Order: sequence, then structure tokens, then C-alpha cells
Amino acid sequence: MSTQSISISSTGHNDNRRTPLLSNPVLGMLIFIVMEMMFFAGLISSYSIIKSGALFWPPPQQPRLPVEVTAVNTLILITSAIFLFLANRAFAKPEWQAKAQKLLSLCFLGGSLFVLIQGFEWVRLLSYGLTMTSSTYGSFFYLIIGAHALHVISALIILSACFIRFKKGTITPAFFHAAQIFWYFVVGVWPILYILVYLT
Amino acid sequence: MANLSSSEALSHSDSGHDTHHEKMSFWSKYVFSTDHKVIGMQYLFTGMFMALIGGFMVYAFRMQLAFPGEAVPGFGNVSAGAYNALVTNHGTIMIFWVAMPVLIAALGNFLIPLMIGCDDMVFPKINRLSYQIFLLSALVLIASFFVPGGPFGGAWTAYPPLSAQAKFNLTPLGAPMWVIAVALEFVAFLLGGINFITTTMNARAKGMKMYDIPIIVWMIVIASILFMASVGPLMAGAIMLLFDQTLSTNFFNPEYGGDPVLWQHLFWFFGHPEVYVVLLPAMGIVAEVITVFARKKLFAYKTVLYTTFATGVISFFVWAHHQFISGIDPRMANVFTITTLLISVPIAEMLFVYIATLYGGSIQFKTPMLFALAFLAEFLIGGVTGIHLGASGTDIYFHDTYFVLAHFHYTFVPIAIIAVFAAIYYWFPKMFGRMMNEFWGKVHFWGTVIPFNFIFIPLFMLGMAGQHRRIYNYNHFPDLATPELQNLRIIATVALVIMLLFQIPFLVNFFVSMFKGKKAEANPWKANTLEWTAPSPPPHGNFKVFPEVYRPPYEYSVPGRKEDYWPQDSKD
Repeated sequence: MSTQSISISSTGHNDNRRTPLLSNPVLGMLIFIVMEMMFFAGLISSYSIIKSGALFWPPPQQPRLPVEVTAVNTLILITSAIFLFLANRAFAKPEWQAKAQKLLSLCFLGGSLFVLIQGFEWVRLLSYGLTMTSSTYGSFFYLIIGAHALHVISALIILSACFIRFKKGTITPAFFHAAQIFWYFVVGVWPILYILVYLT
Repeated sequence: MANLSSSEALSHSDSGHDTHHEKMSFWSKYVFSTDHKVIGMQYLFTGMFMALIGGFMVYAFRMQLAFPGEAVPGFGNVSAGAYNALVTNHGTIMIFWVAMPVLIAALGNFLIPLMIGCDDMVFPKINRLSYQIFLLSALVLIASFFVPGGPFGGAWTAYPPLSAQAKFNLTPLGAPMWVIAVALEFVAFLLGGINFITTTMNARAKGMKMYDIPIIVWMIVIASILFMASVGPLMAGAIMLLFDQTLSTNFFNPEYGGDPVLWQHLFWFFGHPEVYVVLLPAMGIVAEVITVFARKKLFAYKTVLYTTFATGVISFFVWAHHQFISGIDPRMANVFTITTLLISVPIAEMLFVYIATLYGGSIQFKTPMLFALAFLAEFLIGGVTGIHLGASGTDIYFHDTYFVLAHFHYTFVPIAIIAVFAAIYYWFPKMFGRMMNEFWGKVHFWGTVIPFNFIFIPLFMLGMAGQHRRIYNYNHFPDLATPELQNLRIIATVALVIMLLFQIPFLVNFFVSMFKGKKAEANPWKANTLEWTAPSPPPHGNFKVFPEVYRPPYEYSVPGRKEDYWPQDSKD
């Protein structure tokens, strides 16, 4: 914490103030991500405690999770993050705005596909008898994966807000960066959940 | 602190934001405002209103304990169920709807932009949303008092299975509403906290470096960071508890593979940092008040800051001292005993720093100063009795007795009542542009602090005699129904009623001064920090000219200066 390196910053509307190290939306989003990480840490540690206390895991009479389909789905989600990364690179160049928009919509498509496949698998699992109340196994599955799915959906809403602002030409780098941070978080936390819930 | 005053000062234009606003309607000015000061006041008044409710509840159940079975004037008979609901909601309200909104949200909103010299929070609309969600959460909680089955009565810690299953707690609607209200309230503070941290980092006045930020702003920011980092697991736990209550899942039900102790971990992982979330702003208030009224520089600014960081870090490793008798591993109890005793070191250091600040100062016993000094003395008792509870050996005896209750009231009352009064008396001129009456302030002070000790010292004795908490009528326990112990209960209750009655002069003083008090100048206390350079009360946009900062905030009685204070923004 040296005073020199961090020093002063500004709101931006007053000319004789300096620009901040991180823009307001990015800093705000990062603080939010800290809370989100702790939220998922809470879910994961609860899951691990219940799992380690159980005699058999997964419980014998419960259906197995779709490991392969979800592996493919994981790849789809990661691909969407790569599209977003490329969109950001295109966004940095003024002449590539149309390309950035196209890459952003590809990312959006990837994310939507992920949610759709997840929803389809959920319907199948429900029909096989894995429900919220059938066992703590089922409860935790729907709780953790459902919490993640809600995050993906809200991240998709933010991405579509970016898309609308692209169309209108009102997008700011700070807003786009904050949206990206959220998407990277949502994608980044998924492999951990996949390994913990599906594979072990 | 080099390269400070290089550029030309005071050349700020009136800047982009509109200091002279067009006339706004009452609704857009006071209800749907995005102005940080208005939102701060909304939080303050909501907190005060909830404090009245919480105060009424404590009156009802203390009367029941002193005179068991007799009808309480103004309330009626307190049944066992009503008693449980009263103590539960008293705790919940006082912590989540009084301490948090007043200390963090009201003071943070009102003070941070003024003290760091900017016009508003960086996300004003998120700020407004934060208050609206907070108000909604308060309404949900109040609504739960009127649903069939009554409000939740499973204690503010809401341990399952009592909280999770309606067949045990008998409040099928009250319990889920309680969880929803608490969860909504967390969301509100989350949004507020993001604002506080981002604003302090990004919107400071020109020239204000890290070590020029007033201590209270640091404290609110660090408290917000603690809150952010600790609330996630409890949010997860709250969702699980809500599902247990409404969807009959079995996260916390051992019959079907769940684990009730898991909730205790999730709750206290948040619950203990929460203590420091409310303590730190109170410490910040005291730092501001004692430097101004001792006319002395804060002794060791950096030490206060570093001990605050240390407190913040250690506070994440102490939570299981609430669970020594919950069946956790005794080896773990050793570890948590050590961390708990460790955290008293930075807090003790902070208290020593404040005492050193007072030493040799020219102390003025104005009302805010009296409250600040009372905070130091009373909180000290709370802190010292905490040692006995942090050590697992003594805690096994003291656990869940009135000793615990008296201990944490000796911390929370100084924090949420005494320090808050110091803040209200101190910043009232800035909030409303008028002074509060000194005489009635002092009456209120003595009428609050003396009865406070008479309430809780008897409770320490009762706790040591083995009186357990959460029992609505001790006549059912022959060992505890002796006349000696009953007299202690009556002393505590009478003192409580006196303390509550002495809040009337405060309320009258507060509301009369707001309209009829002596007009306050911009800097009535001759303080250094930036909020006192704005007019009282500050207009929309706060400063006519954005201030520029040249020095740290506590330069009082500097040798060689004519005045004994040196505002942060004064150039010479």
C-alpha cells in the first residue's frame, strides 16, 4: 500500500481531477465479484461437508449426472468466453466495431446454448427422479447448478445491454469491460463446479 | 506527501453537475432522490423508527422477566411464544435494521462524499435502489408481525432445525419472511457497500492521498469490504434455509443426510465479521470526535489504520468461538481460542491510541465528546469480558448465559447507541444546518449512560449465577427463582425503563432543533475535515467550489499557527 503508486483519482466530470486506476464500473464489478466468489465458496464448502459426511456419494438409488453432455457444454461456455475476449480486442480498434459486435453476438449465442442444454438436461434428470427433495444430493445439485444458471442468465442480460448500446453507439469501454469481467467470472467458476459436482 | 500543492487551487469551475437545481417536487426531492445526503437521511430516519420498535420490544420482554405473568402496560400478557418472537425480533432489528443502516449506510452515505470532497456517490441510482430494497426488507419484517402464526421466534441466529421446520418453530409464515427480509437487507447493503468503496477509491478531492482520508471514511470502507467478503456464505446459507422451510429440502436436517452445524458455520462466518462491520464505523466516529474536542492531532494515524486492517483480517478466523459447545472438534476449539484472543490485540491498541490522543489535550466536554468518551469506557468493559468467552475453558460454563448477553450488549450498545449519539450530536449542524441544545444533550447523555450500566451489570451477575438465556419465566426453575436473583432482574428492568424514558428528551431535542434550533455556521466545531467547508446544510452538489486537499485531517493545535485548527483545504 504505497501512497505514491495508488494516489489520487477522480469522478471524471471535473477537468482538473486525475483519471482513476480502475474506472468506476470496473472497480464496482470487481468488488461485486469478491462477494460472488465468497457466495460460491459457501455453496461449495457446504456441499463438500455434506458429501464427506455421507456414507455413499452419490446415493445409490439416485440417477447419475450427464457427464459427457455437460463436458461438451463446458467447452461451449469456454468458447463463448474466447469470443468475448476477441470482441474486446476488436473493440479496442475503432475500425473494427462491426466485427466486435459480431463476436459479441457469437458469445451471446454460446451462452444461450449453454443455458438451453442445461435446461434440457434438467428436464431429463427430473423425469429420472432426481428432484430438489429426493435427496441432499439432488438438493445440492439443483442449488449449485441452478445458482450458476441464474448467474449465466443475468450475465446474458448484461451482454444484451452491451449489444443494444453497441447498436445505439453509446457503449463505453468501462461498461463493456465491467460486463466482460462478469462473464469471465461466470465462465471461470463453471469448470470448478463441473469438477466438484459432476466428476467427483 | 510531496507533489501536493503544485497546481493552482480554487480554479475549479462550477463543474458539470448542477448546483442550482430547478425546483423539484417533494417526491423527487425527498423520496426518490439520488442525492447521497437525502439517502443518508432516509436510512437514518428508518433506522431511528426501527429502533423505536426494537426498544418497545425490549420493554415488553424485560417487564415479563421482572414481573413474570403480569400483564405488561401497553402490551398485555407475554406468552412464551410471544416472548420468543420479541427477543428474536429485538435482536434482528437492532443489528440489521438499526446498527447496520445507521452506522454504515446513513453515516457512510452522508459523510463519505462530503469528507472526501466530491458531489455524490459514483453510482447514485444504485444508491437509491439500495435504500428502496432496504425499505422493502423492513416492510417484509414488519409484515411478518401480523401473519397467522406470528413472527419468527427462533432467535436471531436462527439455528436449524428449530428455524428450518415449521413443526418445531410453529411459525410457518413468519420464519420464511424473516429469512427473506434479512436476505433483502443484505442485498441493500451490498449495493451500498460497492458504492462506498468505489467512491472512496475513485472520487476523492484533488490532493487527498491515502493517508489524508479521515479515519471514519477508512473505517466505513474497511467495514464494507469485510461485509462484502463475509456475506456470501450467509447468502448461500439463507437460500438453503429458505428452501428447507418452503420446499422441504433437507440441507440442515440430520434425519435425511443434512447437517445443522453447517448453518452455524455459515452464519457465524458472517456473524463475527459483522461485529467488526459495525464496530469499525463507531471507532471512526470516536476518532473524529475526540480529535476535535481534545484539539489534538490523532495519536498515530497509521497505527489506527494498520490495526484496522489487522482486525479485518483476523475477524475471518474467529467465528467458531460461538460454537464451542456445538460438538466441534476440541482441537479446533484450541485454534479458535487463540485467534479470538489475538483479535483483542489490535482493538486494544486502537483504544490505547485514542486514550493517548486524549492525553494532554485541551478537552471540551460538549455532548458529542461525552458520548465518545463513554464509548471508550463502556466498550472497554465489553471487550474485556469477551476474553472470558473467547477462551473455550470458561466459555463452556458461560455459554448461552446472561453473561454472554451482557457482554455483547456492552459492545453493541456503545457501538450502535452511544457512538451513534456522538455522531448525531456532532454532525447534526451539518445535516440540518442548526445546533442541538447542549443542556438537553447532557441530560440525555447522563440519562442514557448511567441506566445502561444498571441494566447490564446485574445481568453479568445473573449470568455468573447460571441464568440461561431465552427462558420466558424463571419461576419454573427453583434455583433461578430466588428473591436475590429476581431483585437483580427488577433492577435491570427499572433501569431499562428509565433509559428508554430518557430518549424522549433526545427525540424532542432532535426534532425541535431541526426546525427551531440555533442556526449553525459552516464549521461550528472548528474542525479540519472537508465536510465542514461545505455550507450547513450542504446544497445539492455539496460544494460551491470543489475543495483541494493540502494536509492530513487531524492537524489541531499546530505550534506557530494562530488558530488551533488547520482545515485540510486551507492553502496556508
